[in-house]
Amino acid sequence: MFDEIRDLYQEVVFDHNRNPRNFRVMEDATRKIDGFNPLCGDRITLYIKVNDGIIEDVSFQGSGCAISTASASLMTEIVRGQSEEQAHEWFELFHRITTGQDERASFEELGKLAVLAGVRAYPARVKCATLPWHSLEAALKNEAESVSTE
Amino acid sequence: MSGFDPGRIRADFPILGEFIHGKPLIYLDNAASTQKPRAVIEATSRVYEHDYANVHRGVHTLSQRATDLFEGAREKVRAFINAGSDKEIVFVRGTTEAINLVAQSYGRANIGAGDEILITAMEHHSNIVPWQLLCQQTGAVLKVAPMNQAGELILDRFELSERTRLVSVAHMSNALGTLNPVKRIVELAHGRGVPVLLDGAQAVPHGAVDVQALDCDFYAFSGHKLYGPSGIGVLYGKAKLLDAMPPWQGGGDMIRMVTFERSEYNTLPYKFEAGTPDIAGAIALGAAIDYLQGIGMEAIAEYEQRLLHYATEKAKAIRGLKIIGEAAEKGAILSFTLEHVHPHDIGTLLDQLGIAVRAGHHCAMPVMDFYRVPATTRASFACYNTFEEVDALIEGVQQIIEVFG
Ligand SMILES: Cc1ncc(COP(=O)(O)O)c(C=O)c1O
Repeated sequence: MFDEIRDLYQEVVFDHNRNPRNFRVMEDATRKIDGFNPLCGDRITLYIKVNDGIIEDVSFQGSGCAISTASASLMTEIVRGQSEEQAHEWFELFHRITTGQDERASFEELGKLAVLAGVRAYPARVKCATLPWHSLEAALKNEAESVSTE
Repeated sequence: MSGFDPGRIRADFPILGEFIHGKPLIYLDNAASTQKPRAVIEATSRVYEHDYANVHRGVHTLSQRATDLFEGAREKVRAFINAGSDKEIVFVRGTTEAINLVAQSYGRANIGAGDEILITAMEHHSNIVPWQLLCQQTGAVLKVAPMNQAGELILDRFELSERTRLVSVAHMSNALGTLNPVKRIVELAHGRGVPVLLDGAQAVPHGAVDVQALDCDFYAFSGHKLYGPSGIGVLYGKAKLLDAMPPWQGGGDMIRMVTFERSEYNTLPYKFEAGTPDIAGAIALGAAIDYLQGIGMEAIAEYEQRLLHYATEKAKAIRGLKIIGEAAEKGAILSFTLEHVHPHDIGTLLDQLGIAVRAGHHCAMPVMDFYRVPATTRASFACYNTFEEVDALIEGVQQIIEVFG
């Protein structure tokens, strides 16, 4: 069942949706940001702890669909321990593949993100996948208190 | 039941032959917009192929023909909602524009600082935001009558105050399906001399509406939810009120005489129809009304109630499914949440099965807040839906629960 859509709803997505990683409040976060997708009401609160330009810890809370939850969960795994600059590069790469601007990005390069590359075939769902990343980007830039995908 | 044949009705809707992801389309997003019968599609092309010109201005034959058809559509709308006169039928873009018209014209003339506008907890954003704008402009205050967990208005707490100047209520809720006791509400409001606007966007497609029997002062609805085109809608207003209201927009058609010093406004309903209207849209809406009257609104209401009841019973049997909106009086809308599966995932996965539903807040964010959910999945039915389609929906939901484990 749902065979044609397994490129989007892969087992990894179900797994991260059921057991999101780093799904917790962070008391000693250096930055905290609320992301909101007004189209569907999805909310995410992202916490990061940056020390000397390195993302030492990252976590999130919120309610969203499987795509946004899995995306947030995978993102925390990817950027933890990375420099701010590296995290920003991941954001750029993710943005390019989900909006279909970069179809060449190889699967090795994408690593865990490859799971979510399938979302580009579902334009109505791209924002679900990008909300956590936009929140991260805003947190890195130390922008306003909340971001919205609109 | 005699005469009602969904199979025959389906044959009138060309789009129902579409395949989505290789599966026959099952269209259950009718509260957002209904599909169009061939009669409406053909009426639109017929106007453009044979009868089109601007209305109310030409002496030439085509302009006369277009005007006759346009005014004929107004008369069809009048009869459809049993208004007393076609002067009381104002063509607008849709429900949203109708409500904004009343807010800006009636509201600004009659509602001042400290006055109150009473709405309910289950309104669509288009019956909230126009009043908020009016409140910002005038210093008036927006009051909200509460509902209970079933999604029914609590009539004991539907309280008008000394300062209430207008009541504006959904006849039927788009997020919950609730049919409100609008006749009772009108009586309550009129008991205090307060006029009532009914947002009929959802109610009109699901049953006969009689504005004189309801005695409401304004009634708003959209053509596109009534099997007609988008871009055309109706504001009914009692002539006495409309007459006393200032125009809303200025331009051609709404005036009788213009000099640079002053203008004299046209009579009803033209005073509120500035500029070239959606001519073909109005005519096609007339065709939609003819089509529906050929089936009979009572028959449609009765059939849809059976569909809703069937869908509700089946949905209740699904573990982890919670119906949002369980009013005793409901139209054909089934809004629900599933434990552990977000409405957006449900929407995308049902789409894979060819089933179109709405997933989201349904332009009723306060309703979502009330139930403490970010969104719901909404299946909304029309006269062309079938019991087999309900079965497919239920089976689809069960499959989704399975893959989500
Ligand atoms: C109850 C209700 N009111 C108002 C509207 C707005 O209608 P429209 O967008 O056609 O102006 C809708 C449509 O979703 C509705 O369901």
